[in-house]
Amino acid sequence: MQMPSQSKIVQGMDASQDKLLTQVTRGDYEFGFYTDIETDSFAKGLDENVIRQISIKKNEPEFMLEFRLKAYRHWLTMKMPQWAHLTIPEIDYQNIIYYAAPQLKPGLNSLDEVDPELLRTFEKLGIPLEEQKVLSGVAVDAVMDSISIKTTFKETLAELGVIFCSMSEAIREYPDLVKKYIGSVVPYTDNFFATLNSAVFSDGSFCYIPKGVRCPMELSTYFRINTANTGQFERTLIIADDDSYVSYLEGCTAPIRDENQLHAAVVEIITLDNAEVKYSTVQNWYPGDKNGKGGIYNFVTKRGLCKGDHSKISWTQVETGSAITWKYPSCILRGDHTTGEFYSVAITNNYQQADTGTKMIHIGKNSHSTIISKGIAAGHGQNSFRSLVKVVKKADKTRNFTQCDSLLMGDQCGAHTFPYIEVENDSAVLEHEATTSKIGEDQIFYCNQRGIDTENAIGLIINGYAREVLNKLPMEFAMEAQKLLQISLEGSVG
Amino acid sequence: MLEIKNLHASIEGKEILKGIDLHVKAGEIHAIMGPNGSGKSTLAAAIAGRDIVEITEGEIIYIGENLKDMNPEERARKGLFLGFQYPVEIPGVSIVNFMKTAINENRKFKGLEPISASEFLKLMNEKQELVGLHSKLTNRSVNEGFSGGEKKRNEIFQMAMLEPLLAILDETDSGLDIDAMKIVANGVNKLKRSDNATILITHYQRLLDFVIPDFVHVLYKGRIVKSSGKELALELEEKGYEWIEEEV
Repeated sequence: MQMPSQSKIVQGMDASQDKLLTQVTRGDYEFGFYTDIETDSFAKGLDENVIRQISIKKNEPEFMLEFRLKAYRHWLTMKMPQWAHLTIPEIDYQNIIYYAAPQLKPGLNSLDEVDPELLRTFEKLGIPLEEQKVLSGVAVDAVMDSISIKTTFKETLAELGVIFCSMSEAIREYPDLVKKYIGSVVPYTDNFFATLNSAVFSDGSFCYIPKGVRCPMELSTYFRINTANTGQFERTLIIADDDSYVSYLEGCTAPIRDENQLHAAVVEIITLDNAEVKYSTVQNWYPGDKNGKGGIYNFVTKRGLCKGDHSKISWTQVETGSAITWKYPSCILRGDHTTGEFYSVAITNNYQQADTGTKMIHIGKNSHSTIISKGIAAGHGQNSFRSLVKVVKKADKTRNFTQCDSLLMGDQCGAHTFPYIEVENDSAVLEHEATTSKIGEDQIFYCNQRGIDTENAIGLIINGYAREVLNKLPMEFAMEAQKLLQISLEGSVG
Repeated sequence: MLEIKNLHASIEGKEILKGIDLHVKAGEIHAIMGPNGSGKSTLAAAIAGRDIVEITEGEIIYIGENLKDMNPEERARKGLFLGFQYPVEIPGVSIVNFMKTAINENRKFKGLEPISASEFLKLMNEKQELVGLHSKLTNRSVNEGFSGGEKKRNEIFQMAMLEPLLAILDETDSGLDIDAMKIVANGVNKLKRSDNATILITHYQRLLDFVIPDFVHVLYKGRIVKSSGKELALELEEKGYEWIEEEV
């Protein structure tokens, strides 16, 4: 994406709502605890040696180290992007720990032998790792700091030929698949943060759905940052072979800390002929306190390639966490008759900033894309939506529908939209709708009059506003997301 | 049930109600009539606790409690219902979800468990039938894209669901054709019990052809200038509000 060509800035609200917003405090962040566990960490700082050490730690084949080093050398030539509508304090990349792993007893595979402290940590996060306790139908890869702790239901999935494991394991066990696809959607030269990730990524999830298989479980990765001063750089790769289907979930949390922590992930998805991947994220990183202190910097590159004809990639995200979010899950619709979808709810409260949106690149004929974005800004939050719909010359009969809505609470926040359209083919049909609204005092009073207090009224109204997106989430996730939306705005109405 | 004594109220510093006295007992239906701008809706808003209405003098006693420092949701949970003149749209929130939330909030207040799905469904069906609300409507967002008649019917439906002790219907009849009005009136009549009361706020007499009030009050320039039995409504219809003006 380039510099904004158009910007619509909406600030402020009227006095009637102001009364409702006399105090802006945040509901407690539920997952702010820290697990005290022995950690195997590198010293702070980044150079080629650190990258070699990561590769050695992971027991990686030569091609992976080469990939990392190429990325690192390229990264040294890059500058942090400045085009986003964000105020990002200077980040000292030498003041970050690039590898931190909870100490595991060596070579143990059985869950019984994972440190009970870690099991307890994930249990506290609502992610039990013992299979009999897990929500039926969800397989989990649990990642803490730089490594994957445990992947559940691996064996069950293997019977169908589904590979679901940590990225480190995939690099060792399925090097051909990894070599073929890693960097094929997000090349190591792609952007500052993706390039950094390519150099130092530590773990993440790998998933391969073979031809004709409809994955019977939701696959999910749960990311947890634990150690102080570490950056988390995970990398996820999902490959859906011909005629396959998978629904993938991602969740994330971090302890409450006064200093900011960096999270720069890369997610790549590839769908072959007739395949479909549904990727859902509920992002609940620590957003900082009500004065804007602390919180995660979330600079993430997520991109899917609809490589095969009639394939489909759908992104759904609920963004409540992070101090700063910089994230544009995108689809490259290369095959004919492909479909790309992006559904997003992004909340910024207190001093949170989000610049998020999507890119839909139409290359294949008859490719369709849908973009639905619901931004909610409260407190001093700054919420930007940015989209690019691009139709190349040979892409006949493409369609796009874009709807971006903004909801403002209070008069200190801002909502901004930056839609870009580049169309080189006359047969394309594009629609764009945008609205800006606020929660009306009359809506709240109407709810009050039916016995619903103001806090619940806000929750109801927000969830109603975001319903189109929440409906796209898998069931259990949708419930969690609804609660989260309400908690995120708790106290934002006085 | 409701006792209003010498109520003075202002909106944005402008005095609208200038000393209202009103006494409503259980089992009664009161009609408050008056020309536009006489303060009818302000009175309703003051009773319901809308914060734009500032009470400068006098008091409102509801079931023995002074409403002065009670927030609107607590008044509602204690059985006070306001049927809105202009029902508010809440996009994306279905009537089902809205009513379920409201009912459970009311139950929580009374120390009851949340309503079970089957019980709720039964209640919905029963009350829908009572007010002739199409079941398709209850799956739609609250008041969004509703016709004027549908909005008003939805208010009566909510009243039926919440079974208030005191219902104030603010111009529920305005903008309704005769069939819709009959349905609204029918709902009010069916919900009438010896232990509840209704205040109908209306500009026209025609609603009172279908709901027979025990008392009719005429509100004029912020004061109740005339109170009498149901025959007052007919007299008003015949002579118009100018008659009141002359009388006063």
